[in-house]
Amino acid sequence: MAIGLPHYLTVAAILFTLGTLGIFLNRKNVIVILMSVELILLAVNINLVAFSVFLGNITGQVFALFVLTVAAAEAAIGLAILVVFYRNRGSIAVEDINTMKG
Amino acid sequence: MSLAALFFYLFAGVAVASAFMVIASRNPVHSVLFLILTFVNASGLFILIGAEYIAMLLIVVYVGAVAVLFLFVVMMLDVDFVELRQGFLQYLPVGALVGLVFFAELVLVVGSWTFGEGVTGAVAASSDVSNAVQIGRVLYTDYVYFFQAAGLVLLVAMIGAIVLTLRHKENVKRQSIPVQNARTKAMAIDVVKVPSGKGL
Repeated sequence: MAIGLPHYLTVAAILFTLGTLGIFLNRKNVIVILMSVELILLAVNINLVAFSVFLGNITGQVFALFVLTVAAAEAAIGLAILVVFYRNRGSIAVEDINTMKG
Repeated sequence: MSLAALFFYLFAGVAVASAFMVIASRNPVHSVLFLILTFVNASGLFILIGAEYIAMLLIVVYVGAVAVLFLFVVMMLDVDFVELRQGFLQYLPVGALVGLVFFAELVLVVGSWTFGEGVTGAVAASSDVSNAVQIGRVLYTDYVYFFQAAGLVLLVAMIGAIVLTLRHKENVKRQSIPVQNARTKAMAIDVVKVPSGKGL
């Protein structure tokens, strides 16, 4: 059986599900939540690139590039906020981050 | 089974397994290392499908920069990770339920999916130029403004991260270039006439 688009979509779906599951399971650990978000964005990238290749349209890969850019920026800002928060509070548990009562 | 299929299952299997270990690992350092493994295998998948540029970008950006950033932060913060693990089993039922429902929906979507009328699937990409050249031809012409905007996003992220984490400590002597440049000979040295035999 040749490897086609459904195979790649299935892998991306599994990765996306694992990412959402990680956000649910590690609700106290912000670092693992950030890593789960990275997994979700990776799944999105796999979808974009798979469709781009199997439809013969390069635009999907250009869009994957932009998603990658935003993911890198998000990780940098998120970790910077985490470091500042740890300096101020001495903890990164999500339950302690309720100052804004959001 | 062809060699391509074999490698697809290898990369996909390792990627999924290590993604599972990212969320299930007890030690966040192990989580970061499994995240790196996931990204390496995903870039293997991209190479198999013929998207070499994105694959290399994934290696450079994620494995080279983002994962190392995570590793730095995990090792720098002195956090009691055992305490953070508590509640893992408490959230397991609802998390597993949501995950299952979500995955079932995705499987239904993927299973019932077909190409629309007039859309030709699996068009052979023009093989006379490489993948990077193809992307460059589109990225620097049709999407040049988006490209600049992506650069702006990265600049804002860089400045934001620096501004957030920079601390000005008290009692630290710093070099002040304007003050140094404004110094004159009269301010800097004091000429004293010392009478002979007296001292100061």
